[in-house]
Amino acid sequence: MPVFIINRLFQAFGVILVMSVLVFVGLYLIGDPTSMLVSPEATEIERQALRKALGLDQSIWVQYLTFLGNAAQGDFGRSFLTGQPALQLIIERMPATVELVIVAMTFSVLVGVPLGILAGLRPKAPSSKAIMTGSILGFSLPNFWIGLMLIMLFAVYLGVLPASARGETVNVGPVALSILTIDGWQHLALPALTLGLAKAALMIRVTRAATREVLPMDYIKFARAKGLRPSRILNVHLLKNILIPIITVAGLEFGQAIAFAVVTESVFSWPGMGKLLIDSIITLDRPVVVAYLIMMVFFLVILNLVVDILYMAIDPSAREKVRD
Amino acid sequence: MSTPTTVLPTTTVEEPPFRRFVVQFKENRLAMAGLILMILLAIPAFGAPWIAPQNPYDIGALDILDSQMPPGSVAEVSGITHWLGTDSQARDVLSAVLYGMRTSLLVAFLSVTVSLLIGATVGLCAAYFGGWLDALLMRIVDIQLSFPAILVALVMLSVLGQGLDKVIIALIIVQWAYFARTVRGTALVERNREYILAARCLSLGWRRIIARHLLPNCLPPLIVIATIDLANAIALEATLSFLGVGVPVTQPSLGMLIANGFEFMLSGQYWISFFPGIALALAIVGINLVGDHLRDILNPRNAL
Repeated sequence: MPVFIINRLFQAFGVILVMSVLVFVGLYLIGDPTSMLVSPEATEIERQALRKALGLDQSIWVQYLTFLGNAAQGDFGRSFLTGQPALQLIIERMPATVELVIVAMTFSVLVGVPLGILAGLRPKAPSSKAIMTGSILGFSLPNFWIGLMLIMLFAVYLGVLPASARGETVNVGPVALSILTIDGWQHLALPALTLGLAKAALMIRVTRAATREVLPMDYIKFARAKGLRPSRILNVHLLKNILIPIITVAGLEFGQAIAFAVVTESVFSWPGMGKLLIDSIITLDRPVVVAYLIMMVFFLVILNLVVDILYMAIDPSAREKVRD
Repeated sequence: MSTPTTVLPTTTVEEPPFRRFVVQFKENRLAMAGLILMILLAIPAFGAPWIAPQNPYDIGALDILDSQMPPGSVAEVSGITHWLGTDSQARDVLSAVLYGMRTSLLVAFLSVTVSLLIGATVGLCAAYFGGWLDALLMRIVDIQLSFPAILVALVMLSVLGQGLDKVIIALIIVQWAYFARTVRGTALVERNREYILAARCLSLGWRRIIARHLLPNCLPPLIVIATIDLANAIALEATLSFLGVGVPVTQPSLGMLIANGFEFMLSGQYWISFFPGIALALAIVGINLVGDHLRDILNPRNAL
């Protein structure tokens, strides 16, 4: 087990390093940011001075090494637009995104798992077929489309929920939260539903597959033969055993949801870090884009690692496989 | 004493696989509906230049007086009936949807075809040769698949810039890995079958074994993935164009049409976004219904 973790840590470190090269070299090719920063009347000398100040006159490898050294200390440079440190900009926007994703993922598990079990218990029933067809719609329709339809229904046609921004927030320490006010919940409802529906569709499919795999097992038959109440078989014997794939998928999907928040946040003008990324890509604010991507790579690699280790911890048969 | 001529009963003669496939496919009404939907959307989309009431790319033909008209109104200047209304630049929404669908389908079809070719080649080679080549290729695939498709595509487009060709390249980079992994999985099983061994014993070249023996037997899962991926490509392209980093303004796809109408939706002019949105959803749902059923009948575990 420790060997496995150390191995995975090395791999994770390698992936982060490779991705940092790719991200940096890739983004280096985007157009000259000085053309966005100086006024059109600026002289060539002024432009050169700015390039020098930003370090853009150095060779790409010198720039990369400087970048890597600074990044290791948490310094990703300053935003070309606002002059604030890029990392600080992202961290300021992070609570909004994390809050949105946690609410969306909670919704998807609370809706997806019961529906998935239902569909798995009676695969031939019309209700199960309806659930499965619904789940195809849920994860094949693009996220922004679902958001648009929800806005049309709830914000424009019914006029009951706001379609954009974050609403009233309450500060808990340095972090502003929407979930503590009614106004905040109203603003959170549509974006969280948009993000959550697609993930719920996925949870339905995972749960159904797991349920159908566990049901024919001997311990379920034995529990039935013992005359246990169906509710007890469901809540104890079944649920415990389908939990492993559900936790794994929910964990990995958490990372995906943070990435897909880019789309949801743009639709609902939710002031999270995904919206920041899109704005920065469009305005060629290179330090912010690079900082966001490196942060995401870091986060996703760590998340994968944690899910793998958790998986080892809760599934004894997976531990056996690694030992072999 | 039995006569030797009656030994072969004619009932065991097997149907050709393709006909059996067609019969199986027709059994599912939902999948047939999906297929018909796909055809009904594709024909007018590719025939758009001939059947659309107006050429939405021709700025000169547009009159700003006709802008933002609700569905069913008749234009005062040109006399065209705008069944689905007009947008803020007086474009006929129906024509824009037809042209937009054409762009969306074209991008999706091209990107899926190329990623299928790349992915299948990589997957087959990895499975056939194994060893370090397999380890290296699959490591790359694993790393790429651990990053969300939308982020990879966003990064690619922010590097490449805007344009129809750039979007297609970004989609290929996102998608090839799925094909590679699926093909490798199937090919690993097939590689150890007797017919591959027989081909090797005949000392056929590896190119021939891969292309003529291994590839045909890996086709069923490839077809399934390619079908479903077509829907994913349409959805991803629409998302990127909606975010403003996809196709250029001069060749709006469905996603960009939806983005253009978004600001007008909040003031009640729903039709500018709504109809492109419905067209997009129908295309994606139609393809998925077909793909889902294909998966059921082409899965070897379900075969007799």
